[in-house]
Amino acid sequence: MTLDPPYLYPDYRSTLTRAPSKPLLTLPAGATELSGPVFGERHVGAAAADLTRQGDGEPIGERIVVHGRVLDAAGRPLAGQLVEIWQANAAGRYAHDVDRHPAPLDPNFAGAGRCLTDGDGIYRFVTIKPGEYPWRNHPNAWRPAHIHFSLFGRSFMSRLVTQMYFPGDPLLAFDPMYQSIRDRKAAEALVATFELASTVEEWALGYRFDIVVAGRYDTPTEES
Amino acid sequence: MTTTEAQEEDLLGLVATPSQTAGPYLSIGTQWNANGRAVPEGTPGEIRLSGSVTDGAGVAVTDALLEFWQAGPDVGFGAGSGPPGRGVQAARWTGWTAWTGFTRALTNADGRYSMWTVKPGATALGDAAVSSEMEAPHINVSIFARGLLQRLVTRIYFGDEAERNGADPVLRGVADANERARLVATWIDGGYRFDIRLQGEEETPFFVP
Repeated sequence: MTLDPPYLYPDYRSTLTRAPSKPLLTLPAGATELSGPVFGERHVGAAAADLTRQGDGEPIGERIVVHGRVLDAAGRPLAGQLVEIWQANAAGRYAHDVDRHPAPLDPNFAGAGRCLTDGDGIYRFVTIKPGEYPWRNHPNAWRPAHIHFSLFGRSFMSRLVTQMYFPGDPLLAFDPMYQSIRDRKAAEALVATFELASTVEEWALGYRFDIVVAGRYDTPTEES
Repeated sequence: MTTTEAQEEDLLGLVATPSQTAGPYLSIGTQWNANGRAVPEGTPGEIRLSGSVTDGAGVAVTDALLEFWQAGPDVGFGAGSGPPGRGVQAARWTGWTAWTGFTRALTNADGRYSMWTVKPGATALGDAAVSSEMEAPHINVSIFARGLLQRLVTRIYFGDEAERNGADPVLRGVADANERARLVATWIDGGYRFDIRLQGEEETPFFVP
């Protein structure tokens, strides 16, 4: 049973010409697969975890805290793990040349952040709640609000790029990307939880998004 | 996933976080270290590896991110490498102290990428402590792009390694000679060339991610 979406998912139109058509081969558990890059403080600036402090002024939008724990397949925290995020601004516009959505850009919001998890595998970002935006996949198609996440896990085989969604978003039911995950429990794992405990009084709502980076060749029973 | 693994997950209440596409704007979050340089300019033994990425309709893929992970040239396995999954000894390449064996590159407006590195050495298959079988020099590649709900994984071998390629367990497992050739970079114009075709007759062989 695989929880990941298939390559070919016709409801998401771009997969039609980009999904491989031949059966996938299997890599051995070789040295290249069982190791992976490690990142450190020199890869993350102090300001990189606060996306609201990267411009000259504060970005427009609803300030939020997004945090969570990064675990391996056995539930062990992954410490010192590089977490990269990118997202649209509050109006649903990316600071990217290709994005032609006629919503305003925000000169104070670049939309990219990164940090390292602490000793307990915990990461924390301060950002702006991203806006929903239209895309041309099908008539009247809108992406639910989301934040892109990138993690490396324990080895080359555990590399994960995914998206975090927000609870109660009515667009999830119509989103081919979210719906491409057949297992409901797995899909729901991409929806952050609103959390009063991490909500900062009179300042920002808190959302919790725990991530399990489970590599194919990770061995949960070893080195426990 | 085996039944045992599934049961263990249930016990822990853990669900592996599923993949989602990196989308068309992936460069926003990844370009900070996507200069394609695994080694600095002028490194002795530096090689350039480049090529195109095209989709099933033959259209250039202009919004892809490629990540490269490889061993160093003069030691069993290269490093800056992470907590290994299973007791693999990580070792630094002595040629450059900042060597990590990792770099990433974005495709340009023509769907082309370039990266600069040093040729990897042969690596042990599995745990070097218990295995003597070797793999030919190779670079593992992850491909992220709009339209890819999870990453694609392939390997780059080197055309001037005929003997070691002939003994490589992964290449030997690919029965079709044309398909096998699509995993091998060719030397042309002073660098290695490796084109990636996501889909179709000339499709690059991909591996389960």
